[in-house]
Amino acid sequence: MTVSELEFRVAIRDALAEELERDASVVFFGEDVAAAGGVFKATPDLLERFGPDRVFDTPISELALAGAAYGAAVTGMRPVFEVMFGDFMALAMDSLVNQAAKFWYISREQGTVPLVVRSAVGAGGRFGAIHSQTHGTWFQGIPGLKIAFPSSPAEAKGLLKGAIRDDNPVVFLEHKRLYSVTGPPPPSGQEVIALGQAHVARAGENLTIASAGKGVADALAAADALASEGVSVEVVDLRTLRPLDLPTVLESVAKTNRLLAVEEGPRTGGWATGLLGAVAEEGLHDLDDAWILATDETPIPYSPTLEDAFLPDADAIAASVRSRLGVAA
Amino acid sequence: MPGLQSAAHVETAGAYLEAYGRMRLIREFEAAMHRLFLRGEVHGTTHLYAGQEAVAVGVCMALDPDDYVSGTYRGHGHALAKGTEPEPLLAEMLGRATGVCGGRAGSMNVIDLAHGLVGCYGIVGGSIAAALGAGLSAQRQGRVSVAFFGDGASNQAYFHECLNMASVKRLPVIFVCENNLYAEFTPMADATAGANIAARGAAYAVRSAVVDGNDLWAVRAAAGEAVTRARAGEGPTLLECQTYRHYGHSKSDPAPYRTKEELERWRERDPLTLARDRLLAEGVSTDDVAAVEQATTDALDRAVENALAAPYPDPAAEHATEYAP
Repeated sequence: MTVSELEFRVAIRDALAEELERDASVVFFGEDVAAAGGVFKATPDLLERFGPDRVFDTPISELALAGAAYGAAVTGMRPVFEVMFGDFMALAMDSLVNQAAKFWYISREQGTVPLVVRSAVGAGGRFGAIHSQTHGTWFQGIPGLKIAFPSSPAEAKGLLKGAIRDDNPVVFLEHKRLYSVTGPPPPSGQEVIALGQAHVARAGENLTIASAGKGVADALAAADALASEGVSVEVVDLRTLRPLDLPTVLESVAKTNRLLAVEEGPRTGGWATGLLGAVAEEGLHDLDDAWILATDETPIPYSPTLEDAFLPDADAIAASVRSRLGVAA
Repeated sequence: MPGLQSAAHVETAGAYLEAYGRMRLIREFEAAMHRLFLRGEVHGTTHLYAGQEAVAVGVCMALDPDDYVSGTYRGHGHALAKGTEPEPLLAEMLGRATGVCGGRAGSMNVIDLAHGLVGCYGIVGGSIAAALGAGLSAQRQGRVSVAFFGDGASNQAYFHECLNMASVKRLPVIFVCENNLYAEFTPMADATAGANIAARGAAYAVRSAVVDGNDLWAVRAAAGEAVTRARAGEGPTLLECQTYRHYGHSKSDPAPYRTKEELERWRERDPLTLARDRLLAEGVSTDDVAAVEQATTDALDRAVENALAAPYPDPAAEHATEYAP
């Protein structure tokens, strides 16, 4: 790692530190996030730097944390809280879905709900069925919520800063297989990424692959392999799963005429089906082909052989493209 | 309407007379809601607060205007006690454009931030978490935060998680349990182990008390003590206010599970009658009491008339956005 490289977990910490520094209304709390610095070591030193009024440990009470963030957000604070593993978000649903997401609309815009809930998500870590899910789609159908899913260290920093400055409740997904990834820091002028804008991570001509989070990194690796085989892939990093930036996807598909959506999660009820539906509705005339690479409709398995086979990694993406396009490896 | 909360919190007969007026307003508001529901002007369902007025009013007497309150789906009394005007509240119930939430919220979900009402919650226990979070802000702002909830909510995760966290963080939150003896249709003995909600506070090192929830003076005194402790940084308090609802759980519930004898027993301890009798016993003149009663009735009649005359929201003119900009 060169001096200028940024590690994903450091990007998260830097984004939090910069926003805590910038805005006195920002607070950060969760289970083991302060004194211990987080189980994925994403948040060390924040307690020491900002003190226990701004950064604090909490009971293992996900519902209370969500409620605390909601109540604080509607009374003048900008809370960021961590729900350690995304799977635990099932315990926090009522406050996020029925309180935070509804407030702006049903109050007739009396106030905003600027909160962020960060969680480690995703499979590949041998954590089993209930520490490996990507819970974004649980919230896909909830108006008022935003869902952000960064794909790289620079994206993580920019999107987290954007999420903290956003006046809406944001579900923020951090893929646990990305925490140790390093990459260039955000380019000058892109330190803050406003939510809702997708990004063309790689330009190409023959096929658009749309994904988010680790799926983007996998798609980029697959695109490298496919390039040597004569297939030019454009990779769209959706960045936010709600709202979905449909115009950027449509623009890409207008050029490539083919769309593959890669989702680490079951096809049924996932964001990828929604994206393909929207592209069909708005851009059918540009489409020659569209398909989805998702996971099986089972819980996530534990055993390494089973889990590896379950996940749509770079090899699986490349193989799917070859098969669909009739290209030999 | 005059506000209940004054910075001085003078516990004069005048303050209690004003509070009695607010209790009357809630009673008459709910009677109007009952009539308007039967006329088809109130949509869906509604949950009436009549019988529990001394709790909301007694607690809000002890608060400053900028303190926070969260209420329940039985929240009309919480809103009126905290200072929401009856006309925009009633208009909200009727789904009218002049409602406090423009008709978007309805009976169970009223929000009135201008009066410190963070929200009312259609899911049992939701108010507890909202007040916990408002307590985080209140701790920094020198304010206090109050959660109103029922005995049924004391069996929700919200209750246990939030009492614990408020205690650990020494938050200025007052948990006001309105124990009306029934969790929806189910009597307390069948649903709440131990049948002693105040005792649950002790497990979380939260100072707790059982209060006669039909006695305005008792509620005001207990709340005042809790507010003083909260403002002094001494942490949360749990008040179990024992009271009784005059109507069923909701408009679909005629409450056949309650005996006539039980109803009679509680009606003899009607909080309005108790308050009126005590005001007179303490030397407030019948003329002064009658004047407050008349003013309340007049205010409510105006509110009903104006709310019924208000337009429904025009879908074409809503311009709703999914997100805050």
